[in-house]
Amino acid sequence: MNKFLMATAALALGATTAVADVKIGMITTLSGGGAGLGIDVRDGFMLAVAQSGRSDIDVVIEDDQRKPDIAVQLSDKMIQSERVDIMTGIIWSNLAMAVVPAVTNQNVFYLSPNAGPSPLAGRGCHENYFNVAWQNDNLHEAAGAYANSAGYKNSFIMAPNYPAGQDALTGYKRFHTGDLAGEVFTKLGQTDYAAEIAQIRASGADSVYFFLPGGMGISFLKQYADSGIDIPVVGPAFSFDQGILQAVGAAALGVVNTSQWNKDIDNPTNAAFVETFQAAYGRLPSLYASQGFDTANLLISALETAHPSDADSFRNALRAANFDSTRGKFAFGPNHHPIQTIYAREVIQEGDVFTNKIIGVAFENHSDAYAGDCKM
Amino acid sequence: MSAILIIEQILNGLQFGVMLFLMAAGLTLIFGVMGLINLAHGSLYMVGAFAAASMAGLTGSFFIGLLAALIAAALAGAIIEIVVIRRLYKAAHLDQVLATFALILIFSEGTRWLFGSFPLFLEIPKLLSGPISLPGGIQYPLYRLSLIAIGLAVALGLWALIEKTRIGIQIRAGENDREMIAALGVDISKLYTLVFALGAALAGTAGALVGAIQSVQVGMGEPVLILAFVVIVIGGIGSIRGAFIGALLVGLTDTLGGVFLPELLKLFMETGSAQKTGSAFASMGIYILMGGVLIWKPTGLFGARA
Repeated sequence: MNKFLMATAALALGATTAVADVKIGMITTLSGGGAGLGIDVRDGFMLAVAQSGRSDIDVVIEDDQRKPDIAVQLSDKMIQSERVDIMTGIIWSNLAMAVVPAVTNQNVFYLSPNAGPSPLAGRGCHENYFNVAWQNDNLHEAAGAYANSAGYKNSFIMAPNYPAGQDALTGYKRFHTGDLAGEVFTKLGQTDYAAEIAQIRASGADSVYFFLPGGMGISFLKQYADSGIDIPVVGPAFSFDQGILQAVGAAALGVVNTSQWNKDIDNPTNAAFVETFQAAYGRLPSLYASQGFDTANLLISALETAHPSDADSFRNALRAANFDSTRGKFAFGPNHHPIQTIYAREVIQEGDVFTNKIIGVAFENHSDAYAGDCKM
Repeated sequence: MSAILIIEQILNGLQFGVMLFLMAAGLTLIFGVMGLINLAHGSLYMVGAFAAASMAGLTGSFFIGLLAALIAAALAGAIIEIVVIRRLYKAAHLDQVLATFALILIFSEGTRWLFGSFPLFLEIPKLLSGPISLPGGIQYPLYRLSLIAIGLAVALGLWALIEKTRIGIQIRAGENDREMIAALGVDISKLYTLVFALGAALAGTAGALVGAIQSVQVGMGEPVLILAFVVIVIGGIGSIRGAFIGALLVGLTDTLGGVFLPELLKLFMETGSAQKTGSAFASMGIYILMGGVLIWKPTGLFGARA
């Protein structure tokens, strides 16, 4: 009865005034070295918007060029002159830290399709901030747990010397119970790993864990494969996503990596997503694309219940996460970060294409280490 | 820390150094002969890598790719020299920087437009893949050894070109007094195009060679460009010999510093923070080297002009 009343009320309103449109501001990286990630998030997001068939969703897309200052300018413009209701899109943690607190403090919602820096999950959490991907440490924690179950007792671990790199090694060590054969911080943007590979060879490690996102990972894997060392390698999905694997080629075959998503997760939403994404863009989706797609679907599910101008109802609808995720089961923890399953995947070759296959579960219903610090 | 590891790291430093030399040689030639600061030199490195990756992808042969890289970069160099750079020789250095920076943006977005935003695949040729055993039980990748050999061969070839050929004489004369050699009947604008194309071909070759062990992506040239500038400042601007010594110094300092500084700090502090501090200091190493050289010799090791 109640629903019926609301429907008639909406109809009556619609007859006189137009239903309020929803304006979404997307700031993401569409040019420069990290553009592949932003393009995937955007394409996944827009695919979900198109599939919803809603014409009242207006998405404004801007390129941050991976520069924090530009991201801040764009977000000011979107909030003040475009008057967006919701913002999303940022890939990199340093940009997210520059933009998100200002956005949420101006009563605009922010849904993160990628970056999950620890301050925003802990003390700096905010009721208007939702992360639909993961907390930054998650995939590294999963790799540590996987290394235990694979029986690795002496890991050589490596990441670039910047906040996300330090978090990565912390995350791995939080769950890995074995010893460390070596711990190395490389330069951010480093392209030659000959020196580190020589150290790995001399270290007596039984496994290598590395977090080298983007081009850094491509360089390392090619050089590692050519060095003739056969110590098994484990990494987070960031160095093994669909966009990168083709550039690494056979050098990545057999490497185990951790991810909250893969194209073979068996549920109807995911199957339809993989198929329609391929049909629309002519390439396989990456985990970033799945995150963009899930972010849009979460948002659309909340819009079914309330308009963002009704902030409390809209926030509750987001918190309920009442949507079909490509990852299957998906829920938010108390700090608005996902509680989800994280898988171990292996790089395989299907015909000419290099891709991933799930080989096991690293964590079920995994939250993050910072939720306890969040007071909302 | 064993002797084997130390020798292996010295080889790594050498290999990094000779690849830097290929970049720096072109840069220093262009600056020495034409007085031009060419920020777009990194883009020519990228052009080489993309040309190699796409040709190797088409034909399946790395060596055809390498040839394509050389030709594509030399062509790109000759074209930008004729279309853009030629107008800049008389301009102030700031205008040159601005114009060549614009060229970086044009090359980057042009490459993205042609090849897309995802990195390209370029593989080490089968012939040179895998490690080989060196005396003393050292396992070292054959490809990296080949890079050292190629780099040294190119250095030797450049030396012969500059010191022993007629073109070399003209280039050296151009460095000293461009009005005079123009007055002697040398077609100076043809000489400039040639030098620019030669520098570009060296950068493109480096891009293709290094692309096989790194990531072929838009913007790959800029980090190398910065190092190449450090090299030519250390070596003395305009000097090929300086570029060679400078490149080896930078390659060795960077590689050995990154490995041994954290090890050294571990004697005083616990492992985790020794790693963090050590790698932070190591990335400053080459700039400290540059500062030291400039205090000692303000024009660089082999620099003639102030």
